[in-house]
Amino acid sequence: MMPVLSVRGLKVSIHTDDGLASILDDVGLELERGRILGVVGESGCGKSTLIRAVMGILPKGASVDGGEIWFEGENLLAFSEAELNTGVRSSRIGFIPQDPLLALNPVFKVGTQLLEVMRWHAPDDGSRGNARRARHVARLVSLLRRMQVPDPEQALESYPHQFSGGQRQRLLIAAALACAPGLVIADEPTTALDVTTQHQILLLLRELVAEFGISLLFVTHDFGVVAELCDDLCVIYAGQTVETGTVRSILDAPAHPYTRALLACHPDRATSFLGIPGTVPSPFARPSGCLFAPRCLDVRPLCLSARPPQGRSSSGAEVRCVQYA
Amino acid sequence: MIPILRKLGRDLPAMLGLGIVLVVLVIAILGPLLAPYPEDAAAAHLLRRLKPPSAAFPFGTDNLGRDIFSRVILGARGALSIALTVVSTAMAIGVPLGLIAGYRGGWLSETIMRVTDVVLAIPQLVLALALAQLMSPSIESAMLALSLTYWPFFTRIVYAETRRLSASLFVDALRGIGASTPRIVFLHILPNAISPVIVRATIGLGFTILVAAVLGFLGMGATPPAPDWGLAIAESRTYLPRAWWYATFPGLAILITVMGFNLLGDGLRDIVDPRLRRSR
Amino acid sequence: MTPEPILALRDVSVQLGGRKGLLRRTVPPVRAVSGVSLELQEGEILSLVGESGCGKTTLGRTILGLQRESAGEILLDGASVGGLPSDAARRARRTIQYVHQDAAAALDAWWSIGRTLAEGLLIHGVRDAGERRDRVVAMLSAVGLDPASARRYPQEFSGGQLRRVALARILLLQPRVLILDEPTSGLDMSVQATVLNLLLDLRERFSLTYLFISHDLSVVERLSDRVAIMYLGRIVEAGPAKELFADPSHPYTRTLLAAAPRLSGRRASGQSLVRGDPPSHATALPGCAFFDRCPIGEPACQASMPPLEPIASAHDVACFRAAPSGAAASVHHRATTARSAASSDIVSPLRISSAKPSLGTITVRQ
Repeated sequence: MMPVLSVRGLKVSIHTDDGLASILDDVGLELERGRILGVVGESGCGKSTLIRAVMGILPKGASVDGGEIWFEGENLLAFSEAELNTGVRSSRIGFIPQDPLLALNPVFKVGTQLLEVMRWHAPDDGSRGNARRARHVARLVSLLRRMQVPDPEQALESYPHQFSGGQRQRLLIAAALACAPGLVIADEPTTALDVTTQHQILLLLRELVAEFGISLLFVTHDFGVVAELCDDLCVIYAGQTVETGTVRSILDAPAHPYTRALLACHPDRATSFLGIPGTVPSPFARPSGCLFAPRCLDVRPLCLSARPPQGRSSSGAEVRCVQYA
Repeated sequence: MIPILRKLGRDLPAMLGLGIVLVVLVIAILGPLLAPYPEDAAAAHLLRRLKPPSAAFPFGTDNLGRDIFSRVILGARGALSIALTVVSTAMAIGVPLGLIAGYRGGWLSETIMRVTDVVLAIPQLVLALALAQLMSPSIESAMLALSLTYWPFFTRIVYAETRRLSASLFVDALRGIGASTPRIVFLHILPNAISPVIVRATIGLGFTILVAAVLGFLGMGATPPAPDWGLAIAESRTYLPRAWWYATFPGLAILITVMGFNLLGDGLRDIVDPRLRRSR
Repeated sequence: MTPEPILALRDVSVQLGGRKGLLRRTVPPVRAVSGVSLELQEGEILSLVGESGCGKTTLGRTILGLQRESAGEILLDGASVGGLPSDAARRARRTIQYVHQDAAAALDAWWSIGRTLAEGLLIHGVRDAGERRDRVVAMLSAVGLDPASARRYPQEFSGGQLRRVALARILLLQPRVLILDEPTSGLDMSVQATVLNLLLDLRERFSLTYLFISHDLSVVERLSDRVAIMYLGRIVEAGPAKELFADPSHPYTRTLLAAAPRLSGRRASGQSLVRGDPPSHATALPGCAFFDRCPIGEPACQASMPPLEPIASAHDVACFRAAPSGAAASVHHRATTARSAASSDIVSPLRISSAKPSLGTITVRQ
């Protein structure tokens, strides 16, 4: 089966005042229909640049230097800005942001903002004018009801500050789903929420993926959330995917030394809190060998000279490490 | 300081402003040394009245035969010293009031801020004219009037900054480790609040030079024979349009100086304004 | 007999805000903390856990003295240090210090790290500049920072390094009790591990007692000796960490533990554990604050507030329906279970069916 989203060898760099920064350096992942893929990495690993590259909203000065992004059989990198805007973003790729308060304009009613998105991006069903608007309202109301937002009609007439954090996140999930996209990208949507609210949202997302047949790309730094929510997992380090596979295979038997070290830092698993020695290599001066080699406990001479090839671990995960080549 | 200068370096208009301000400053300090006829501050030469610009008198001469070029140069010191005196007096009144009102709260804060609002509502020029009438027109009365009307701008800025900063975490942390109120206010809040004050002061310098020139023009500021730019324009009116150079060069001096301060102030504001800090 | 606690709170309540105005609207105060009693033994790590708005940060600030309690007693080494205005309270409680959650925002960006660290010593009466410098350098190495970083400014440090700076600043004041407010929130996992490691190490070296405010249950479980769970300004359950995590008694504790994402992965249940959002103080009612979200609530819970009572040694719970340990308890538990209508749902809070209105009826066309 063709994956919904397939990123291969993606390279992105940004021109800054201090020189050329290599943000993504060979990122590859595949998201199958109806699955949830967790993208995990520490801050500065390139998670948000990956999201921006897929959505075609890279910041000024950034350029894609190589690789491919295939979405439902089409190469997104070949799309023009206008095509992405009218035909892909919001309509076929939904987005759930990290901070629901920043994503909503405080001076407009929630309904106004959500309907504006649908007006431009909802699939054409032949209706026009008021009929089209009425259909959009009906769809939003039913979506909000599904999101367990109490009194959806009233909710559309309310302003963002009248909702709690959890409810606002539900509104934005509804917004992401409003135009019936095939892919939804979520950027740490629960980090700002309390534990019980986070749990509710995670459960809701799981149900929605099954019900709506969408595929979810879930970016996070929290392995606990991944364990709870995701089917597949992709670990990124310094702009490179280092390990991809099913969540269970990676959590049960992490193969890449970075994944192993990171999981060993998790309080649920740590025997002692030693962390990972050293720091992430600077994007301005990436080492020529394996990017993790300077911090790796299993480093071999070969690691320092050449980029390691993709290998496969015994549990079936793809691993970028000479040990599995 | 270094990063601020580096950012300023990318902002062409601000660099132009800085250049102008520095040149005016040098002229003001070295005035009598630079002027070809320094004695023309007061002297009269009736034989060379109203000569058009020439090699000997680049800006021409005025109705008393004085070299306008020299008088423009000599006028810089007066203009700048009025501006600096007014702005620093206004700061000396406004900044402490803003700090007190912002950090203390309560009735004292309310009183200070209401008085500030009232003073802010008085038009600067009107008060200056009234005071000049009351005290007899002079540079001193103009400076007093301008200082008395300019301090509320600083009070409001410092008040807002102090309110914001005293609710901030680092002030909370300082209270936590037992820092005294004067220490928090003067060593921590004041330096953090000073950037917008400097911006306002820079723009205020330009503004004050302009208002002082207007007062001079109206005969409520500098008195003859002082080489004042505004006064020169007032005196030139009788000889227009024939002696065009008489009004033009003092006018240009005012224009360029005020523009220099404004460009620099705008540039500084762009750097200091946190909302614009991300964009380069 | 337990030794005298280093810090004890007796029935402490805190009211926030509130204003009587002649010109402005009168605003009634909000009760952020109600009747909290806590004891902190020398050398232990007590975690205060709860969701946002539960009053845990307010309680921390009250213990520190920055917020004045409206009722109750605070004892430091057995001596009362309560009822004081904030300046006097800070003087009396200088052996208690607070480490802010946002280490970057807690530092003055205009001051170099060295100057900031030395400032604390100056405030605490170290007059000799040379001595201040020596102690700053020694403390920077103690928290694992290069002494040369004294010359640098807060913006030049990473999140993990700033936490170390914040700890160094506080430790220079030679505190005995540290209130740590979410000391690892916002940090990457590898950095979080090193900060936790440092905290444990410093506790040994400087014989510190920690009050650890957190919502990260994975960290709390690993780090704490004892845990107190807060809900809407009250402690609903407190006990030894091992016991509380193995056998949570209050329905809110159970909900919280079940909702926390853990590495062990997805739970069998696909249903929400708890209804609604964490409430605000405005909605406080006479009965149990958790009642409207509680899966096992009964009418009695609405009538009066359940008191915090021991169900085992050193394990207190504020719930009428909580099962005391031991045989008598299980009988009682079974009896109450049988009494309520929804039978099997009650036994495990994991399977409480939440209100999901008309789930089946709505299908949105793709």
